Amino acid sequence: MSTIEISNLHKSFAKLDVLRGIDLSVGTGEVVCVIGPSGSGKSTLLRCVNLLEQPTSGTVRVGDVEVTDPDCDIDGVRRRIGMVFQQFNLFGHLTVRENVTIAQRRVLKRSRAEADRIALLNLERVGLADKAGSYPAQLSGGQQQRVAIARALAMDPQLMLFDEPTSALDPELVGEVLAVMRGLAAEGMTMLVVTHEMAFAREVASRVVFMDGGVVVEQGPPAEVFGNPREDRTKTFLHRVLEPTSVSESEIGAHLSE
Amino acid sequence: MKLTRRRRQRLARSAGYVVFALVILAVVAAADWGTLSEAFFRLDVARSMFPEAITVALRNTVFYTLMAFAFGLALGLVLALMRLSSVLPYRWFATAYIELFRGLPALLVLFMVGYGVPLAFPDREIPGGVYGSVTLGLGITAAAYMAETIRAGIQAVPKGQLEAARTLGMSHTRAMISIILPQAFRIVIPPLTNEIILLTKDTSLVYVLGVTSTTIELTKFAGDALNTRVNPTPLVVAGLLYLVITLPLGQVVRYLERRAARER
Repeated sequence: MSTIEISNLHKSFAKLDVLRGIDLSVGTGEVVCVIGPSGSGKSTLLRCVNLLEQPTSGTVRVGDVEVTDPDCDIDGVRRRIGMVFQQFNLFGHLTVRENVTIAQRRVLKRSRAEADRIALLNLERVGLADKAGSYPAQLSGGQQQRVAIARALAMDPQLMLFDEPTSALDPELVGEVLAVMRGLAAEGMTMLVVTHEMAFAREVASRVVFMDGGVVVEQGPPAEVFGNPREDRTKTFLHRVLEPTSVSESEIGAHLSE
Repeated sequence: MKLTRRRRQRLARSAGYVVFALVILAVVAAADWGTLSEAFFRLDVARSMFPEAITVALRNTVFYTLMAFAFGLALGLVLALMRLSSVLPYRWFATAYIELFRGLPALLVLFMVGYGVPLAFPDREIPGGVYGSVTLGLGITAAAYMAETIRAGIQAVPKGQLEAARTLGMSHTRAMISIILPQAFRIVIPPLTNEIILLTKDTSLVYVLGVTSTTIELTKFAGDALNTRVNPTPLVVAGLLYLVITLPLGQVVRYLERRAARER
């Protein structure tokens, strides 16, 4: 059974076609990592799943609800989809605890005690129970991102979307966020992850999707996509990302050593 | 002794100080202190203004300010939200309102509310008497300014905040109330405090509505005392009392701006 079912999805901004016919499904318990160059439409694809972007055409189904149906209760659907952003987007005027409880209380109508209990549980999951009283500005980027994950988890989502969750972090803070995500994957959470962390994709993903130019170029188990890519575009991308120091001058048309 | 660059600078600065001090001294020496204190600092005249200067005049000035501010803030918030609405007529209305009342003198609006409207509708009355008219007359103009300030504050909250709130299943309205507005107000507190200072001074226009001995505010109170005592000391007293209100508010603005700068 599929948790996400995307078919023939198109999205254009003005004259720019960002998504040009995407078909993709994510099964329950699957961890799907979307990789690809900047501007390939990865983030837009992710944002179409919970309708942060309105698709131009095509359908997106999450569970048994068609998200792209104009009559769909989008707030109800979003409740069941956790999302983690590149820029964390913690609520700056609220403490860590309040960040994790506010939607539980206002949206799920949980009691204060219940919301606090679940908040603490999820802060413990990400290793930040001791920071419940702090404000986001007092935390490091890695800690903020872990709070953002706890905030999403506190809503008991069926599915988690990650939009480049480590791209805004200092290199030494990437590991703590990836560790939390790896733990989540091991617990069986369904995850759709847009990432530039190839090592994470290779190790944790059940499937890797390579996107370029608004289409899915190829997808498959990480061992296949990384170890034996079929398409030239995939090979070029992986070569540049995995071995950046061995990109030759002739590849990019430079002539420095002449 | 050779003039180095540093020594030359020091010399120029000292010369500046000396000239400045001489000018001040000359003014102090030239002033007729007896006449000045007789005119502006007559203690008996000042004393005769109290306690009414505080219990009535200052109290009313503060009261008018707060009423107009509360009205202006509420209307300004509504206008700011209309201005940012996706409904085109709301945007039109808010823009028209703001452009209109930002461009009119507060005194003209006060005349309109105090005399224009009663003349047009002789059998109706603005509730609250003078207090109601002042609240409307000053609040209508203040709302136009505050709407723009609040709109800027809402737009200064990063877009990701709304996205994060919506992603958690909050409706647009709920996200506005719980997430966006609290942060927007934090941003606009310093400019809104400035707005209170401006309003405090604008309450001096209220006298045109024909205030009585119980609804009198500072400027009119001082003007009356000036007439009866034929001495300008009351103006100085009123000026000092205005500063009693506005100086602390200025300090609040500075404190909030420093705090905001630290949090960034």
